[in-house]
Amino acid sequence: MWDYLKLVIFGLIAILAAIATTYARDLAYLVHAILVVAIAAAGFIITLRKMGHEKAPKSGYLDAPIRIGVALTAFWGVVGFLVGTYIAFMLAFPQLNFAWAEGILNFGRLRPLHTSAVIFAFGGTALITSSFYVVQRTTGARLWSDGLAWFVFWGYQIVILLAATGYILGSTQGKEYAEPEWYTDLWLTIVWVGYLLLFMGTLMKRKEPHIYVANWFYLSFIITIAMLHVVNNLSIPVSIFGSKSVQVFAGVQDAMTQWWYGHNAVGFFLTAGFLGMMYYFIPKQAERPVFSYKLSIIHFWALIFLYIWAGPHHLHYTALPDWASTLGMVFSVVLWMPSWGGMINGLMTLSGAWDKLRTDPIIRMMVISVGFYGMSTFEGPMMSIKAVNSLSHYTDWTIGHVHSGALGWNGMITFGMLYFLFPKLWNKAGLYSLKLVSWHFWLATIGIVLYAASMWVTGIMEGLMWREVDAQGFLVNSFADTVAAKFPMYLVRGFGGILYLSGALIMAYNLWMTVRKAPLAEATTPAAAPAE
Amino acid sequence: MSDNKDQVETTGHVWDEDLKEFNNPLPRWWIWTFYATIIWGIGYTIAYPAWPLINGATRGVLGYSTRTEVADEINRFEEMNAGVKAELAAMDVTEIASNEAVANYAIQSGRATFATYCSQCHGSGANGIEEGNGYPNLLDDEWLWGGDIEAITYTVTHGIRNEEDPDARYSQMPAFGDDYLSDDEITNVVAYVMSLSGLEGSGDVAEGETVFADNCTACHGENAEGDPDQGAPNLSDAIWLHGSSEAAIETSVRQGPFGVMPNWNSRLDEAEIKAVAAYVHQLGGGQ
Repeated sequence: MWDYLKLVIFGLIAILAAIATTYARDLAYLVHAILVVAIAAAGFIITLRKMGHEKAPKSGYLDAPIRIGVALTAFWGVVGFLVGTYIAFMLAFPQLNFAWAEGILNFGRLRPLHTSAVIFAFGGTALITSSFYVVQRTTGARLWSDGLAWFVFWGYQIVILLAATGYILGSTQGKEYAEPEWYTDLWLTIVWVGYLLLFMGTLMKRKEPHIYVANWFYLSFIITIAMLHVVNNLSIPVSIFGSKSVQVFAGVQDAMTQWWYGHNAVGFFLTAGFLGMMYYFIPKQAERPVFSYKLSIIHFWALIFLYIWAGPHHLHYTALPDWASTLGMVFSVVLWMPSWGGMINGLMTLSGAWDKLRTDPIIRMMVISVGFYGMSTFEGPMMSIKAVNSLSHYTDWTIGHVHSGALGWNGMITFGMLYFLFPKLWNKAGLYSLKLVSWHFWLATIGIVLYAASMWVTGIMEGLMWREVDAQGFLVNSFADTVAAKFPMYLVRGFGGILYLSGALIMAYNLWMTVRKAPLAEATTPAAAPAE
Repeated sequence: MSDNKDQVETTGHVWDEDLKEFNNPLPRWWIWTFYATIIWGIGYTIAYPAWPLINGATRGVLGYSTRTEVADEINRFEEMNAGVKAELAAMDVTEIASNEAVANYAIQSGRATFATYCSQCHGSGANGIEEGNGYPNLLDDEWLWGGDIEAITYTVTHGIRNEEDPDARYSQMPAFGDDYLSDDEITNVVAYVMSLSGLEGSGDVAEGETVFADNCTACHGENAEGDPDQGAPNLSDAIWLHGSSEAAIETSVRQGPFGVMPNWNSRLDEAEIKAVAAYVHQLGGGQ
């Protein structure tokens, strides 16, 4: 019966999208409608072919989407880093904006493609995939619903596809990190509600009496992202057959909503979500208990309470009223210790096992990730202070800050997660090569150091050049002077990007060879059979 | 999993075979730093505008506002410069150079104004950014509309060929490609013009000279040295506003360039315009 209903739904979507193609008012909408037709038709055919076959009995954990998810995480990572490295060189050499690619592959189109590929494709897939794994292992329960799990998994990949093609074709709301237009936003909302139900459902049927700390962080990430996404994307489509929409907020209210969203995308997507990852994979890889249960509770509640107020620090010295600016700054500074709670719990979990840093490149990767987390969460509150922000805002310092967080913290912890999961998911005795992990570690670390250091130099330099006035109060430098002065550091940054990208390619090769060539693990029986 | 050497107990919870948590207390330095930031935060929000109330937000006991801070800083410099600025506004531009204090102020102020408003087209070094892009180099001594300080002041004030200011400098080169000249005549006149600067085109120079004499001398002069009264460039000095390639020159002949410069009298005050003129005049090419 359910299969017939699925056929009807897929069929209806395909027909409606086909009708929409004939009325499409712009290219992005047309391409998206065609994509939807193709996806719905594929869903229809797959459902049809599976009908009448005996369904394999459900047993153990649902790991099939996780296996695809870890592979896609590595793939999106490489794509995101590749585009990032390319646009880094575009900034150094504007000639790379080729005339034939204007309006498709110029910097303005590729920049959101890069940021979204890294944050939402690489980071998002890593979060969804790892949360599927962690929530099953720490509740002793299979995911609440197989069908819903597959829906959430592929549904999110469709969001990525629509967003990425939208950027190239110029469909954008013009809101940083929230660029996709209204129908992609609506689809993500549906997928995200499914994700929330799936996660809550799995927690409800858990076999363990307590909910493990990683799951608190994952759950706060899922709930808060739902709220942020819905409010920041409130808009009215110009036409149901076009990709353009108009925001409901305007002026400084719109800016404040956008940065309330933007900063909490950092707070709940890139911090809380990834802390969930950290709280499972570091103790597992280190084979040590988490340092402090008490600290995990206090810093969790402090973090999620304080983060949500910190957004106004993105709008210091703008049309935003002073009071909002002050509050944003104060909450950001108070956020410092709650953020560091996660770092302490991550690092101190290794006490008694520090020798592993010498022998285990995976734990080294996780530790440096927590190190970068600590550095960025100190740098962030510092940059939110008005006096510092008056120098750092709009400069490359911000770009450097974001990348020490994204490459150092999010990237490295995700690599650690992938190195941990691949052998587990394919039942291998271990990785294909630990030496290659070491290579990845050093390439990535040196890459980040070059990136962050060059951006500190250019950021502080251009901040000082912008504000430099002579004895009579006249500005000394023109904007073009500051751009010209940054050129050497742009080369260093680009080179750092190449190193980081090479590390990721080595990782992709190593993971691929692990699946292909690494010896199988000894047969083991799972100690705890998951609840059905 | 090995036991903790410090004998701290775990909470007793176990997940996924071996995930446990120690019952360690909060690190002292962590909790005290956390308290310190909270206390500082309360103090800061008392001192500065912070808490939203029904009829507006608290203003803070220090009475600070970012807008006043910026306004104060601007005022400080404006008061400091008020005297010399008034002197500059009242002064005839030709006298600026001989008054050291005013000239000093004018050049500094003109440089800053130039960096903000003029550098986008003329380059932050005033060199026109690159040859052949249509934006004149202001460092050389070729002047389309005259290079003495009064001519420069007029150009900055009213601009060139814009539609906003009726006093803008105006002239228009005909598009000789539109039925005025045949393709052969254009190729030949291009070759002639190129020959004046020692370049070689594919047309016949002698025939081109005849075409030039019949069509171009009215503006560019018999010796092709141009006429600043009507913005006709000197064609014999190897300086090429729109490019020196045969194709670029041919495009100029066929279509007639129509470079536009905005009138700055709507955006800059009189002292600022005089300052920019004084700055540009002293760059090296001023007459």
